[in-house]
Amino acid sequence: MSSAALVETIEEPINEERRLLSRDLWQCKDLLFMLTWRDIKIRYKQSIMGFLWAVLMPVLVVGSGLIVMVAFSVMSGKAINKMDVLAIAVKSVPWAFVVSAVRFGTNSLTANKELVTKIYFPREILPLASVLASLFDFAIAACVLTIILCIANVGVSVYILWVPILLFLIIVLTTASCLLLSCANLFFRDVKYLVEVFLTYGIFMVPVFYSAGRMGKYGILLLLNPVGPLLEALSTTIVSHRSPSLPWLAYSAAWSFGGIAVSWLMFRKAERLFAESI
Amino acid sequence: MNTGVAFEAVWKKFSRGEKFDSLRDLIPSMATWLFSADQRNKLQKKEFWALQDVSFQVGQGESLGIIGPNGSGKSTTLKLLSGILQPDKGRLKVKGRLGALIELGAGFHPDLTGRENIYLNGTILGMNRREIDSKFEEIVEFSELKDFLDTPVKRYSSGMYARLGFSVAAHVDPDVLIVDEVLSVGDYHFQQRCFEKMKEFMRKGTSLVFVSHNMTAISTLCKSAIVLRKGQMIYQGGASQAIQAYHSFYENDRSSDHVELLEVRLRAGDGRERDVFHPGERVTFEVMLKALKPIHDAHPGLMIHTLDGQCVFVTATSRLSKKRVNLNPGETAEVVFTLDLNLQGNVFLLGFTMTPELERQGQWLYYNPNVKKVVMTDEHKSQGIVFLNPSAELFVNDVV
Repeated sequence: MSSAALVETIEEPINEERRLLSRDLWQCKDLLFMLTWRDIKIRYKQSIMGFLWAVLMPVLVVGSGLIVMVAFSVMSGKAINKMDVLAIAVKSVPWAFVVSAVRFGTNSLTANKELVTKIYFPREILPLASVLASLFDFAIAACVLTIILCIANVGVSVYILWVPILLFLIIVLTTASCLLLSCANLFFRDVKYLVEVFLTYGIFMVPVFYSAGRMGKYGILLLLNPVGPLLEALSTTIVSHRSPSLPWLAYSAAWSFGGIAVSWLMFRKAERLFAESI
Repeated sequence: MNTGVAFEAVWKKFSRGEKFDSLRDLIPSMATWLFSADQRNKLQKKEFWALQDVSFQVGQGESLGIIGPNGSGKSTTLKLLSGILQPDKGRLKVKGRLGALIELGAGFHPDLTGRENIYLNGTILGMNRREIDSKFEEIVEFSELKDFLDTPVKRYSSGMYARLGFSVAAHVDPDVLIVDEVLSVGDYHFQQRCFEKMKEFMRKGTSLVFVSHNMTAISTLCKSAIVLRKGQMIYQGGASQAIQAYHSFYENDRSSDHVELLEVRLRAGDGRERDVFHPGERVTFEVMLKALKPIHDAHPGLMIHTLDGQCVFVTATSRLSKKRVNLNPGETAEVVFTLDLNLQGNVFLLGFTMTPELERQGQWLYYNPNVKKVVMTDEHKSQGIVFLNPSAELFVNDVV
């Protein structure tokens, strides 16, 4: 039987919190895949637009960004620059990913109450699956964006090699937030509302519609949010063909890795209370 | 004995109400919880023990029934076994792969089709995709839902839902199977197949832990059983003894503050007291009772149960005569029922009840399903629990 490996490992008492992170998740890779697939499938079931929604959401963000830009240019008297528009697009798509992942992630445990109270499996699978499902949308939107960038002829420089690292950091940071927030939301439903408010107005607190440089000395406030430097770095490397600000990148990386370590620890510690507290 | 499941002095506490009332309480308590030593052994206010010092073992291929009234800790025990809950004290071991039927189709998503849900639920229950591929046909066949595979399960009836749920769960090939009261849905035919499947598992060496209120199911599936009451294990032993223990603690539990029984007698036709009767004998069942509180217009009743809790017969004076019981505290009365004991080949429990005036039926002044045990002999004329006094004649017709 192909489950031989599984039999071996559950042999030790399951209540002793000795589960190894990597092995545990590896065993559940099929489950992670299926739950991700379920989340994607359900999102587009009974909808006429289907996967077009994955593209439409970032388009709406870019559209509203354009309006903000027009307002700026009317006020300052400067014409709109093509590169600025592309920068907005490059930053909106990952921001839309962060928003959707955090939104779904926060609710991932409470929305699956049935599973949490009735069946045992490593609970981190649920927030992770919602991050992956949002990542799927992101991948579709990113493909469309790449085509647009090619048509707009932004060009390629060696700095594009930063992009995978930057995306990785964004994903890690998002995963950390999802783990922490899903767990917090399980105990306190207030979290859901706080997150919703933050996600709605968050776009003004991160440098998506404008670059941090435009804010002058207050720009630093935009970058204190660890997502900020990563979005800035994306537009610097892709659109402006310059090296990202390394100190700020280090700052965001510290948040990402520190965040994932702390949130995973918290999640693991709180996991044993999930079924009785949900 | 090869142990499949071991529960060693397990304690589990629950909280009444919410643990924290506001976000303000959260941050300090989170901090203490992260950095301080475990407080698992102590009861905080609002907390209570849902399980206290419960220990049992189930060997490979053996089965254990868990019985007890609602809220006695049965489901908690199963949730601890499946790893959904963690014990506060004690250890538990589950050897090998665990299959849990705590709720059928808990992992189903209503918008997905039957086919999709087989894969989804299968992986949630611990199978990998290749395994499901190889068992897919079997699962579909067992569920008898071949024609509805591409229908979203939200359009399924509850019976279909349960059938698909059990079929997936039954193909996990668990080493340890835990089953909560889940088979009550589904038709008789499907229930029987589920029992067959569980017996088949046990023959293959699967350990079974089974929770049910259906005593017949417990006694057919389980060799041994434990009885839980308010989180404590009050009996451990053979299944039929455990069922008796469950009934007899019920008896103690049903002491009434309205009525006290002074004497209960069962007399045969010749007036002698006996416990053993032949099928069909006419007997009198006499109950001497004393009122502890004023009693107005009460109806005494008689009921008969099998040892595994199946009700065989119920009657009450309200159906037999117009007389009612009116008593002042301290006064006594005698109730006499006369009946034909058309029962056979088993031990039966005679119970006594007192209901107040008809409008408030269901509120017992006295309720005890086991005031007297009666042993019915077997006449070898027939089998079953009732004796219908059969006879037979044969008419052989000549072939024309």
